[in-house]
Amino acid sequence: MTATLLFYILGAIAVIATLLAITRKNPVHAVIYLVNSFFALALLFYLLGAPLLAAWELIIYAGAIMVLFLFIIMMLQLSPTSDTIGSGETRRQWIPVMLLTLALATCTLLLTALDPSGAEAVPRWYASPRDFGYALFKEYALAIEIVSFQLLFAAVGAFYIGRPERKKTEPGGAE
Amino acid sequence: MIVPLEHLLILATILFLLGFGCVLARRNLIMILIGIEVMINAAGLTLVGASAYWQQVDGQILVVFLMAMTSAEVSISLAMVVYLQRRKGSIDVRSFDEMRG
Repeated sequence: MTATLLFYILGAIAVIATLLAITRKNPVHAVIYLVNSFFALALLFYLLGAPLLAAWELIIYAGAIMVLFLFIIMMLQLSPTSDTIGSGETRRQWIPVMLLTLALATCTLLLTALDPSGAEAVPRWYASPRDFGYALFKEYALAIEIVSFQLLFAAVGAFYIGRPERKKTEPGGAE
Repeated sequence: MIVPLEHLLILATILFLLGFGCVLARRNLIMILIGIEVMINAAGLTLVGASAYWQQVDGQILVVFLMAMTSAEVSISLAMVVYLQRRKGSIDVRSFDEMRG
């Protein structure tokens, strides 16, 4: 019973923190609210029987990725007023977005209501880190290798895009 | 967990649509990336919920791959943000609406 109550509380926290995050003018505030939302999500993962993923959610998302965002925001010294919400032009932009989102939400809710198996309760279940690691490195070993390649390529790509600009010299020497 | 699967899916849907609206409506590149993060996390919540529903560990492993994908995506897109800021002096997407070969 406590778990059910916790689920709804954490879900409400996640939704409210995300809602605050996406409407902030200042990207730094948005990142802080998003970290809040990720904490709630990590606890939800723990409730759903994924303790290792809960830890990784905090370490990787809240710890690494969001700090990377903060680092870039502070490095670029972004002005908070670059994206105003209150002005009339942007308020008009929100109307089609709201309509589209509401339409999608209605479709998803109808789809969920169509399936009778959705009303069944999710059983209380727990994947121990041992089972998790066994499946990860035994059945999905090839996928792990491919993911490591992907991370390497991402690092190379980031280095290439972020390299300092050099003076371009024409190969023909026409300058 | 005593909560029905429906409620889990509805929560994930709400989170996903919040991220979707953020991507569509905001004009700041950083805010668009934040919207993408929210969407990816909502997908991860669905996967963890499905993993608990069928009592199989595969859904959780997919979330690990999702996290690796997000790290790769964020590192490249933030490098791109720095590049665009250096090039145009702004990260408002409205200043990138022209194409010159």
